[in-house]
Amino acid sequence: MFNVKPNHMIKVKRSQRLAFTMLSLAALLTVIILFGILFYIMSQGFSVISMEFLFTEPRSMGTEGGVFSAILGTIYLVALVLLIATPVGVGTAVYLNEYMPAGRFKNIIRFSTELLAGIPSIVFGMFGFIFFVLMLGDYTGGFSILSGALTGVMMILPVIIRASEESLRSVPNTLKEASLALGTTRWYTIKKIVLPFALPGITTSIILSIGRVIGETAAFLLTLGGSLLVATSIFDGSRTLALHLYLVAMETGDLQMALGSGAVLIILIIIINFTAAGLFKLLVRRFST
Amino acid sequence: MMFQKVRNRKSNIEESVVKKILLIMALTSVLSLGLIAFFIFMEGLPFMFNYGITEFIFGTTWDPTNQVYGIFPMIVGSVLATILAIFIGAPIGIAVAVFLVEIAPPRVAKVIRPAVQLMEGIPSVVIGLFGMVIILDLIRRLSRGPLSEFLPSTYQTGYSVLAGAIILVIMILPTIISISADAIRAVPKEYKQAALALGSSQWQTIYRVVVPAAKSGLIAAVVLGVGRAIGETMAIIMVIGNTVLIPELGWESIFAPVRTLTGNIALEMGYAGPEHRQALFATGIILFMFIIIINSITIVLRKKEY
Repeated sequence: MFNVKPNHMIKVKRSQRLAFTMLSLAALLTVIILFGILFYIMSQGFSVISMEFLFTEPRSMGTEGGVFSAILGTIYLVALVLLIATPVGVGTAVYLNEYMPAGRFKNIIRFSTELLAGIPSIVFGMFGFIFFVLMLGDYTGGFSILSGALTGVMMILPVIIRASEESLRSVPNTLKEASLALGTTRWYTIKKIVLPFALPGITTSIILSIGRVIGETAAFLLTLGGSLLVATSIFDGSRTLALHLYLVAMETGDLQMALGSGAVLIILIIIINFTAAGLFKLLVRRFST
Repeated sequence: MMFQKVRNRKSNIEESVVKKILLIMALTSVLSLGLIAFFIFMEGLPFMFNYGITEFIFGTTWDPTNQVYGIFPMIVGSVLATILAIFIGAPIGIAVAVFLVEIAPPRVAKVIRPAVQLMEGIPSVVIGLFGMVIILDLIRRLSRGPLSEFLPSTYQTGYSVLAGAIILVIMILPTIISISADAIRAVPKEYKQAALALGSSQWQTIYRVVVPAAKSGLIAAVVLGVGRAIGETMAIIMVIGNTVLIPELGWESIFAPVRTLTGNIALEMGYAGPEHRQALFATGIILFMFIIIINSITIVLRKKEY
């Protein structure tokens, strides 16, 4: 057992070298795929992007003109989704973390949040279509930004809840106890101590969920209606950039114009990722220390 | 004294109002899940029973204009694309995770981690568009060139299970990588130190100790990847051809154009009449079942982690 053959050691070393090479190749491949996609879409898309492309409305199903109404549609939708989802999501996390005793009821809420997170977006789309567009059509305007936004809220709630809970959990108990010991109410402690401390994490999660809304298509295909016009109220139909890209690519086959939208989308996503990371650092410095 | 009492009462009222509001918010996600399940089943289930569950699930013809609704081809399409995607994506994803946590020097890990994060953020339609322009072209060249003798002409358009699977791989890689990495990171340091102290090489430690110890987390990562692959809609519509056909058995089937369950819903919901729409919701129920089963497995598996 103890007389290790030199031969054996060489074999061990060789298999390690081989394995590590394979693993690094897998990592390299992943990075290459990512940058390949980014580079291709950007380089092709940039030849389409111009001031005119960004600021004129689409004509002839999007094969001519620009993407202005899709950009506006995206902004309206994101704003409305966040307006509803942020308080509800953060509120849920606060309730789960600060008020609710552990027990079966809490598990039910956690479990349904997790299940909700796993539901494919097309199922959200079907639900939004039958419930918000058809059943509540008199109140939501049928295919509309409101219908899309309500559907989107259901989709990103789990994301915001989970991330907010994580940041709330990172608040040191000693801080909370110190505040409560001074005779404050629970809500006062949450307002003044817990939420400010958790703010960086919560903000980051909200910004990242913007990316989720911007990138989503299936749910909005069945709820937004895909109108090419500039929306004047939340009861109007609209389309987001991602939906525009899909409709242009699939219905007109004009891949060049679709690539233009794709490049705008990627720029948006990159900006969002950097903002989230930067803001997190900034807020941590400002609030958590 | 008086003043303080009033203040106390005010803050008590605030406290209880806030608590109620927060409770209502917390119930929103339960309510959402309930509503979604209720409406999908309400629309789809009666149809499924009227039409016959077996005929619906195992029927091979989908012809809404003649009221024939068999979704078996779509089930086969979804399953084929998912299996192929997992077959390619799981080993790559786990390999990257192992590399990231155990091997990569900090400077390299600092590049890969944000790259994976960014990859997760790329909208699915953008990946689908990339597939339409690049991957379809590559597969078309392959199927019309060296493989043209072996493939029927309908399999030579580029639109195929293979194209769909490649797109899915790109989409599920970030999920598999980040969850596997978490699982590997959660393996206690003592295990590794013990193995190394016994004289194992770094690689022996990884594949004899670390990977087995992280097994349930790694399986959870793959299962979650399956869930995402089955539920993916837009990107896959753009490259998989959407033909309602069951490919013949054999390796050629990866070049066959197929339609997925999700694609069926997304493509036809917009113009479906009442009965057709119910059939699509019934398709949604089948999809929902797949997802519920897969997610329950994941949730159970992740509870087992350290």
